[in-house]
Amino acid sequence: MSTEAEKKSSEAAKVPFVRIAKRTALPIWKSWGIRLLSVLLALIISALFIFSVTGLDPIAVYVVMWDGTFKSSYSFITTLRDTAMLLCISVALAPAFRMKFWNIGAEGQVLAGGLCTALVMIYLGNLLPQWLLLPLMFVSAVAGGALWAFIPAWFKARWNTNETLFTLMMNYVAINIVDCLTNIWRGAKSSMGNINASTQAGWFPLIFGYRFTLNIIIVAVLSVGMYMYLRFTKHGYEIAVIGESENTAKYIGINVRKVVVRTMLLSGAICGIAGFITVAGKNMTISSGTAEGFGFTAIIVAWLAKFNPGYMALISFLLIFLQKGATQIASSYAALNDYASSIVTGIILFCILGSEFFVNYSLIFRGKHQKGGEKA
Amino acid sequence: MSLVIAWINRAVWFGTVIMFGSTGEIITERSGNLNLGVPGLMFLGGFSGFAGAYYYENSTQHPSAVLSVLIALLCAFLTAMLGGLLYSILTVTLRANQNVTGLALSIFGSGVANFFGVQVLNGGTSVKASFANTVFTAKIPGLSAAGVFGDIFFSYGFMVYVAIIVALLVNHFIYHTHFGLNLRAVGENPATADAAGIDVTKYKYLATCIGAGITGLGGVYYVLDYGYGTWSTANSIEALGWLAVALVIFATWKPRNIIWGAYVFGLFYWLYNYLPNIMGFTLPNYAVQLIQTVPYVVTILVLIFISMKKKKDSQGPAALGLAYFREER
Repeated sequence: MSTEAEKKSSEAAKVPFVRIAKRTALPIWKSWGIRLLSVLLALIISALFIFSVTGLDPIAVYVVMWDGTFKSSYSFITTLRDTAMLLCISVALAPAFRMKFWNIGAEGQVLAGGLCTALVMIYLGNLLPQWLLLPLMFVSAVAGGALWAFIPAWFKARWNTNETLFTLMMNYVAINIVDCLTNIWRGAKSSMGNINASTQAGWFPLIFGYRFTLNIIIVAVLSVGMYMYLRFTKHGYEIAVIGESENTAKYIGINVRKVVVRTMLLSGAICGIAGFITVAGKNMTISSGTAEGFGFTAIIVAWLAKFNPGYMALISFLLIFLQKGATQIASSYAALNDYASSIVTGIILFCILGSEFFVNYSLIFRGKHQKGGEKA
Repeated sequence: MSLVIAWINRAVWFGTVIMFGSTGEIITERSGNLNLGVPGLMFLGGFSGFAGAYYYENSTQHPSAVLSVLIALLCAFLTAMLGGLLYSILTVTLRANQNVTGLALSIFGSGVANFFGVQVLNGGTSVKASFANTVFTAKIPGLSAAGVFGDIFFSYGFMVYVAIIVALLVNHFIYHTHFGLNLRAVGENPATADAAGIDVTKYKYLATCIGAGITGLGGVYYVLDYGYGTWSTANSIEALGWLAVALVIFATWKPRNIIWGAYVFGLFYWLYNYLPNIMGFTLPNYAVQLIQTVPYVVTILVLIFISMKKKKDSQGPAALGLAYFREER
């Protein structure tokens, strides 16, 4: 009797308390339920944080946060504008990430595009008519962004150089080049001011009263285009195969090097467009902070959205909403400041990142299969 | 001559910050975890170390030097370690993507540091922990007066030497101990390490947390010595954090190379300020930024070079950035 019990308990001891099994498939409502729960959890953690640090009523703070986006039509449309910017970069990164090419260099590629735009605006702005100037700015921005992505891509394809670290370093090269050139342009002044402030050459036209309406339109078109490209074209298929298994891709005759370089050219080009619309449609000037760190945030957006532009739009909106909200609460409460947005963003990102585990894996606890009885 | 010495001093101060950062990151990367949260960790370490020292010296009439140092270092180490723990939980246990988690940690870390930083600033633009600053910058009494020799080698606070010792110890640990061998095995091929009976999860956790703690020390050195003991929201910790990531590549993942590599980065970074004066010409304003690009460009060249040579010894850990799931073999 006692030996039997011992045997049983030793068997139980061999079964780990909890083991992890990959889920085959989860119904969509369940997987999105998990993600929604994670965002809720993040909001609760953030609320606890706000309360414990400042003693403010978290609900009231969230209401003020809501105002950051929905207070007026202007605040709403600027939220859309910034969402478009973040979405644009995320869309740019999607094909590269799909291919498992870690393009961490979006910040630099955006700046390269923005810099080329600014160069054309400054040196050709007074020579060319507007109908020729804008396309030329566009083309040069695309070329600039693509070049900045091409360099690491070529080395990756040729010598398998680590692209994560290469693209990361390229960011700072771009930042410093922009700093250098803006330093020349501004001369003794403390800031550059708007490019072509008097002639408005190269500025986007006003649509519905805003210049950045064009930004939103361009990004919407790009997002739909990218969805189709990844989903319905041969290129998109090749990217997906390389992402899943490079060996399979080689085996079925995909020229991996060619696809890597081609996809990164596309990725960089769209980043360049992001720079173009920021310089010509929003800031009217350039600085090393033009990309606003969105190049890094977009990496997280693209990854969390599983490269689906629709989800990317949702997550971009959520993050920008938080950022606007944090600015709003910083101006309403003396105890809070702008940096609260980074903290809340961080908490939400951590929670969503963590929740992916529960979407992809299920936990099986000991004793769930053998019903009760064994208390060792 | 005095300019050359000033340049070297500046390079050593600068180098010490990124030496801590890189040494910590090397331990982390050796376990196969590419933690891109280095700037965030340095922010966390820098702020909490500063805050600890600042509140300590404002709470007593006669602050003790030993306590001030201990509090600053412990706060920095532990806070950064918590950051590393968060990263480990997400990437090792919850299997989240490493790059994405690291970047999120960078955002979060700088957010936390600056958020509480503004609270400490209390409306001002900068606050100073003067006592901690004097302790951290205190030179070795006799040796620092030994002429040029003393100026070059002994005119620094104790953390400069601690950084070198830590880098040497880590080098010894990685290459000459049993645990170091296990750690390298985990970074090269976790499946093989697992089969050999090494607890991969434990190694990844420990390496990432301890590495993060050491990285955090770079932050506290930045604030209390390199930054003259002042906390302000306008600081360059983030740029230095990324340089620390660059230095790991430059040093080809070997702690012994970090010691000289950090100073070389420091010389490059501060070149604009000293070399023109030494050579007797003036540098246009805009050239400053171009010169500060040099460390990044050199790192890119090193990266290309090691990938072209394909020498096993100078590559990063083979499984760097890849998650390891035992059941997905």
